[in-house]
Amino acid sequence: MRISLRIALAASAALLTLGVAQAQEKTLRIGTEGAYPPFNNLTSDGQLVGFDIDIAKALCDEMKVKCTFVAQDWDGIIPALQAGKFDAIVASMSITPERKEKVDFSNKYYNTPSALAVPKDSTLKGVTKEDLAGKSIGVATTTTHFNYASKTYTDSTVKGYPSSPEEQADLANGRLDAIEDDIVVLQQWLDSPDGACCKILGQPSPQPVEIFGPGAGIAVRKGETDLVNKLNSAIDAIRANGKYKEINDKYFKFDVFGAES
Amino acid sequence: MSATATMVERPPPRARGWPRRRIVGYALVCLWILFGIGIVSYLVLAWNADFFAKYAPAYLRGLGVTLALVSISMVLGAILSVPVAYGRMSSNRVLSGLAYCYVYFFRGTPLLVQTYLVYYGLGSFRVELQSVGLWDFFKDAFNCGVFAFALNTAAYQAEILRGAIESVPRGQWEGAASLGLHKLQTLRKIILPQALIVALRPYGNELILMVKASAIVAIITVYDLMGNAKLAFANSFDIQAYIWVALVYLVMVEILRHGIEWIERRITIHLKR
Repeated sequence: MRISLRIALAASAALLTLGVAQAQEKTLRIGTEGAYPPFNNLTSDGQLVGFDIDIAKALCDEMKVKCTFVAQDWDGIIPALQAGKFDAIVASMSITPERKEKVDFSNKYYNTPSALAVPKDSTLKGVTKEDLAGKSIGVATTTTHFNYASKTYTDSTVKGYPSSPEEQADLANGRLDAIEDDIVVLQQWLDSPDGACCKILGQPSPQPVEIFGPGAGIAVRKGETDLVNKLNSAIDAIRANGKYKEINDKYFKFDVFGAES
Repeated sequence: MSATATMVERPPPRARGWPRRRIVGYALVCLWILFGIGIVSYLVLAWNADFFAKYAPAYLRGLGVTLALVSISMVLGAILSVPVAYGRMSSNRVLSGLAYCYVYFFRGTPLLVQTYLVYYGLGSFRVELQSVGLWDFFKDAFNCGVFAFALNTAAYQAEILRGAIESVPRGQWEGAASLGLHKLQTLRKIILPQALIVALRPYGNELILMVKASAIVAIITVYDLMGNAKLAFANSFDIQAYIWVALVYLVMVEILRHGIEWIERRITIHLKR
């Protein structure tokens, strides 16, 4: 008796959630990481803030849909999108060929270069493979920076971290000789009291587009061409009407959009 | 043989017919079998020779790291658990209080938190650690992992040891004392052989839990089995990366379980009738 009752309960719960999901079709659920300031960050009271969040809100206003945000660890963000936990990823995700096999992307909404940071008293002179031979470099895994570092700095120890704050902590601790990350993320950290230990060493050059991609785009499930088109026109619209510049200037001193494509 | 040995507990009568419970049971088992077939067929269909060629060596390296981490931590934990268990059983208030606090802390907080505290927490005391010459040890992520794991498992092993020793009846101590045996001799020759039989199963469980918990070190940049699986997933976005790693853990646990059962059969031969 009890077992069949449970099954019945579970079935009705499943039906109920299905019904709710259908009722909420008009809202767009957006997944983001929340550990990548200034692009996306969870404040101490649990609010998601940052450039990605503001851009996403502006795009939602432009597309006239209601948006909700979901914070999700970076490692599992693509599987979570595929599992339907949210409908789009606005989390500074670089558009790369490997990711394109799993998800569809909008056009880029910004593009900033990769850079390396080192302790202020570091003796490192440059950012080439030879300069960093034998050193340990911290990078967040599942990022374009990680792919670049593990392909380029083959004579160094490349250590993978779950997200940027951990790699930054270990550079400050002295466990690492250098870290590689987005220059804007590094700069934000260096300007904070926690980053007082360290400085930017330089930007790797060239930064091949087949590794770094054309920039950060919005990822959606494969085949949702409709949503991609809507997002693309919304991006163009906020670029044109000044909304993008307004958000950009709130966070950065220069235009992070990069070259017009 | 005492009279009780002749009393036989009869097995329950064989189930007849198809009561609802039995139908539900069969249905659930079928569901599980289907689930198993699903995973196996997925692995067969998704069989990717490139994936295997590319990542199998990394998985093997990771397996080595995991085994090293678990075995070193287990042995260090076992050594450390002896004084802790002694403290727990001591009648000295200070000693037993300290041991109690130790066990209370390490059993009461997640291993993940302890690992983070050791790795990032101690990491922020670099200057102090350098001045006492310990930084070289704590700079390395593997060492930090071993340190946290050994402290954690020592707390559990101390409780296993204490429980096992206390499970031996007091009469054994008294009997040994009346034969003029020294306390240490009693412990070594009479108490421990009986206690360790009781302790074997919990020790086995602890070992299995440690093998599985060791996946935690992947987040402090140790490339153990789990760390390499994460890396493989990061590069391929292929969920196979995690299915394979789950299977490797499963096989490891199964081998350990059988090993422990084998040891148990060996050391309890004299108890079988």
